Amino acid sequence: MSTHFFADTSVLLGRSMRHIFRSVDTIITTAITPIALMLLFVYVFGGAIRTDTENYVNYLLPGIMLIAIASGIAYTAVRLFTDMQSGIFERFQSMPIARSSVLWAHVLTSLVANGLSLVIIVGVALLMGFRTSASVLDWLSVAGILALFTLALTWIAIIAGLSAKSVDGAGGFSYPLIFLPFISSAFVPTETMPGPVRWFAENQPVTSIVNTIQDLFAQRPVGGDIWVALAWCLGILVISYAFATAAYKRQIA
Amino acid sequence: MTATAIRVQGIEKSYKDLHVLRGVDFEVATGSIFALLGSNGAGKTTMVKILSTLLKADGGQAAVEGFDVAADSLQVRQSISLTGQFAAVDEVLSGKENLVLVAKLRHLKNPGQIADELLAQFSLTEAGSRKVATYSGGMRRRLDIAMSLIGNPKVIFLDEPTTGLDPEARLEVWQIVKKLANQGTTVLLTTQYLDEAEQLADRIAILHEGRIIANGTLAELKQLLPPAKVEYVEKQPSLEDIFLALVGTGNNESVKDRS
Repeated sequence: MSTHFFADTSVLLGRSMRHIFRSVDTIITTAITPIALMLLFVYVFGGAIRTDTENYVNYLLPGIMLIAIASGIAYTAVRLFTDMQSGIFERFQSMPIARSSVLWAHVLTSLVANGLSLVIIVGVALLMGFRTSASVLDWLSVAGILALFTLALTWIAIIAGLSAKSVDGAGGFSYPLIFLPFISSAFVPTETMPGPVRWFAENQPVTSIVNTIQDLFAQRPVGGDIWVALAWCLGILVISYAFATAAYKRQIA
Repeated sequence: MTATAIRVQGIEKSYKDLHVLRGVDFEVATGSIFALLGSNGAGKTTMVKILSTLLKADGGQAAVEGFDVAADSLQVRQSISLTGQFAAVDEVLSGKENLVLVAKLRHLKNPGQIADELLAQFSLTEAGSRKVATYSGGMRRRLDIAMSLIGNPKVIFLDEPTTGLDPEARLEVWQIVKKLANQGTTVLLTTQYLDEAEQLADRIAILHEGRIIANGTLAELKQLLPPAKVEYVEKQPSLEDIFLALVGTGNNESVKDRS
């Protein structure tokens, strides 16, 4: 069945990459809201927020990147939903190709598109005074964690794209994900939060990921946070992949 | 003497409480045009989806080119091509890119050359480099069918190929279908237009309330009714005749790019 998996996936990846480069606005839109938040928090609220970093951009950037990813994956759901509506999904499914290639092409496209948005965001952060002495290895670790986070959320987007009834539904599932970083260590240290909120903030996936990336950028030793972060990402990935596969099977039952 | 391309026996399918197909049986001879006629919601699309391995039947058996649609779905997909109810084209890509995409997915050599040949055959050469989003409904349908011909599938399913098309585009599609059958391709088409079935099909089956209630050639179906009476009626041109005369496209004009 999967003899042509890699060839088919790369052909379909080429197709969705063309979609992206012909509507560059999706990458810019993905980057613009997080950049606006970054400007707002650094230049408006930032003066009143106490963190133990030398500048607030350094503290803020990891959380901003996670917000960008959470909003960027909505486009994957919309692209998949549009394919299903237009009938091209059925055309692909009725052809002698590796069927899972159709989904994997969307997933890989999501990685590339979000990666491009993140590059823009990091560029703006550098202009705003973001500085790090992180080594190449540290940057690779950051990239790896972000890629894993993107992958995990993208499979949630695939579930939404496969089972949505409207374009709004396909895109709308991401709003709660975008808000998670606000109730985490992304904007302010969790110690300042009242009891129950603090408990939630410290035990939800975003905080451990944010802490890990903050540590890597600040050249602090990464504590146990990295294992918690990896466990969350892998856990979400496995569960969402399983549900996406089930949603996909329902389509052809 | 004639081989069987499609064999359907007792196919049943329900969506929750809705019993769409209640034991459908028919056969399609190789190289013939078979029309599945039925009103909206009769289950035509469901039947096509089962045959093109997009849906699993609840009961019964179906085989295409001798391969069971459930057990040997990959072999079935190698023998068929589906042109669904809505033109399944990629709006963001150009016409040529759409054709190249399908040729690559069918693992053919020289996808660019295949695309150029089909663009020429379907009078889309000039529009070939334009985004499909700018195409008219007829051009989209032509591209859609062109994409289905890549790799020379033995069996082609056309699900309501002319729904939503203007009369000229409809005649273009009819010509394409006739040409396909002349080349030996088996065509199963669904339609709700009686004249379409009458014009194109070697055999016509009427799907009604989940069953085939009649199946035969046009002549055989005509015999189901009392013999024709001779009446003298003034032959009025139909609106379609008038429309086609006014816009100046005859039946046999080749398909043109109306961009």
